[in-house]
Amino acid sequence: MTEDAVAESGSREPVMRVEGITKSFGAVKVLRGVDLHLEAGEVLGVVGANGAGKSTLVKIITGYEVPDGGQMYLDGKPVQLRSVQDARSHGIETVFQDLALVDQLSVYHNLFLNREMTTGGRLRFLNNRRMRDDARRYLHDIQVDIPSVDVPVEKLSGGQRQAIAVARATRRDDVKILLLDEPLAAMGAREAKLIIDLVQSLAKKRGVSMVVIDHNYTHIFELCDRVNVVEQGRVVLDKRTKDTSLAELTEFMVSSYRQQIEEDSA
Amino acid sequence: MRGKFWQSRLLQGQELVIALIGVALAIFFGVYSSAFSSVSNLSTLSSYVAPIMIVGIAEVFVLTLGEIDLSVGEVYVLSPFLVVYLKDAGLGVVAGTIVTLLICAAIGCINGLITVHLGVPSFITTLGTVFALQGIVLLSSNGIQINPAGAGTIANVLGGWTYSSILWALAIAVLGYVIFRRTTFGLHITAVGGNQTASGESGIKVGAVKVWCFVLCSLLGGFVGLLDGYRIGSLNPGTDGLVLMFYGVAAAVIGGTALTGGRGTMIGAAIGAIVLGVLEDGFNIIGINAFAYQLVLGLAILGAMVLNVQLELVRSGKGGGVYGSFARLVLRSRRAGRRPQEQGSS
Repeated sequence: MTEDAVAESGSREPVMRVEGITKSFGAVKVLRGVDLHLEAGEVLGVVGANGAGKSTLVKIITGYEVPDGGQMYLDGKPVQLRSVQDARSHGIETVFQDLALVDQLSVYHNLFLNREMTTGGRLRFLNNRRMRDDARRYLHDIQVDIPSVDVPVEKLSGGQRQAIAVARATRRDDVKILLLDEPLAAMGAREAKLIIDLVQSLAKKRGVSMVVIDHNYTHIFELCDRVNVVEQGRVVLDKRTKDTSLAELTEFMVSSYRQQIEEDSA
Repeated sequence: MRGKFWQSRLLQGQELVIALIGVALAIFFGVYSSAFSSVSNLSTLSSYVAPIMIVGIAEVFVLTLGEIDLSVGEVYVLSPFLVVYLKDAGLGVVAGTIVTLLICAAIGCINGLITVHLGVPSFITTLGTVFALQGIVLLSSNGIQINPAGAGTIANVLGGWTYSSILWALAIAVLGYVIFRRTTFGLHITAVGGNQTASGESGIKVGAVKVWCFVLCSLLGGFVGLLDGYRIGSLNPGTDGLVLMFYGVAAAVIGGTALTGGRGTMIGAAIGAIVLGVLEDGFNIIGINAFAYQLVLGLAILGAMVLNVQLELVRSGKGGGVYGSFARLVLRSRRAGRRPQEQGSS
C-alpha cells in the first residue's frame, strides 16, 4: 500500500469493522470481544496460536457462524450476516483451510461451483462451453497457469489448487473482501511465490481487501500490510508490518505466552 | 490419435471396459447357443435387464453422494400393491398410480430426512425401512398373492407389453444421464459426494440435494415395481426386494460408480445392468445350474470391484495391495506404449 493510499483510506470508513465480537461453543469461550478493522485494498494478517480463535473469527466474518454478541460494520453500515450466501451478497468471500475444492470435479466446475452458468431457465442446464471459455480467460487474466481447465483438480499441485481456490473466491467483480485461511500451508517456496504474487496483484489491481489468517509469521510478512495478533479470543496487538519485525512479533508472542503460563500456574 | 483416445478412455472410466465385457459375453453366448440370439430371447433379455437398469440408475443418485438406499427393492415390492389398495378404496387406476408414485417419493423423502437431519447413516436408515416396508406389505396383503390393478392400455404401457419395460429403462437412463451430467442439480450431487464441507461452504444446500436423491431413488424403485407387476401379472408379497436392490447396486458399481461417493456414471450403470442381464439370461440358456450362476456372478462382481478400487489407488499414486502391483504394471505398459507419441508432440 502506498503512502497516498494510506492517507486516503485513513480519512474514510474502513471497508470492514467488527466490534466486541463474542462466540462460545458450549462452555468454551472462543472469542471474548474481538475488535478489528480492514482498510480498502489492504492485506491484513491475523496471527495467533492454535485455538486462539482465528478460524472462528473467519467463520463469523464469512457468515458461516453467527456470533453470540458484538457488531459488524461494512463501509460504516451495521450488518448482520446470517449465512455464507448473505456474506457473499455483501461482497465477502473466503478461501478455507480445507481448500473448498471438489477433487473429482474439473477446474472450471470448481470455479463455478454453486454459481454455474446455465441455460433453459428454471431447468438449470449447465452451460459447460461458456463456463470453460470463461474460466480459461479469467485464469489467463490473473496469470494462474494450469495445464487445462478440463482436468479434475485432484490432478493439480498444492499451489495450483490453492490458486484455483483463490481465483474462485475473487471471480466476481463485486468481491470486496477476501479471507484466506492459511493460504501458504504445506507449500514449497515456488508454490508459495505463486500465491503471494496472486494475492498481491489481486489486492493492488482489483482493490480487493484481504484478511490472511496464519500462524506462520514469515508468511504474514510476505503477504500483509498490517498484522493483528489474536490471543485468548481478543486482538492484543495491531501494527503495520513495516513498523514491526519478525523478531519483535516473535518476542511479543513468547512473552505473552510466558505470562499466560505463569498466570495459569499461579 | 485414436489409440490415445482409447487409452485415456480406458484409464478414465470403466464404462468402456464393462461395455467390452458385455459385448464379449454376448458373443460368447451367441456362439455357444443359437437360442441366445433369437428374437424370443430378446424379450427375455429385456425383462432381465430393465429392472436392474432402472434400480441401478436410482442407486447412482445416492451412491454418488456416498450414501446407499437398501430399501429401493422393498418400495419395488410395495408399489403395485398400493395401486390395488387405492383402486379398492375407489380411486381410478391412473389416479392410483400417481398417488402410489407420490407415496414412494415420500418414503424416499423420509429416508433422506432421517439420514440428513437425524444423522443416522443411510445404510441403517434404509435397512430399517426395508423391514418396515416388508411388514407393511405382509400385513396389508395377509401374505396372499393378488393380481395387479387395471388392464388394457395402462397395463401395457406400464410394463405389460413385451418391450415396454426396456423402453422405459432406456428412457430413464437417458433422463438420468441428462440430470446427472447436464444440470446444476447433477453437478451438485457429485460435489456433495466428493467434498461435503466444500459444497456446504460454497452455499450448496447439501441436505436438500441429499433428500432429493433419496426421493428420486425411491420414486424409481416404485416405478419399476409397477412395471414388473404388470409384466409378471401377479403380485407376490413374499418377493425379496433386497435381491433386486443388490443387482442395482452391483450394476452401478461395476459400471464405475464409487461406493465411497464423488464418482458416478449413469451410462456405466446402464451398461452394468445389461452385462448382469446378459450373464443371467446366458447362463439360463446354456443350462448352467443356478448354483454355479450365483458363484460366477459373485466372482464377477468381486473382480470388478477389485479392479475398480485398485486402478483408482494406483492412478492417484497411493499404491495398492497385491493386485496393485499388477494394476501398476498395466498402467506402466500403457504409458510406455504411449511415450514415443508424446515426445513427438511436445
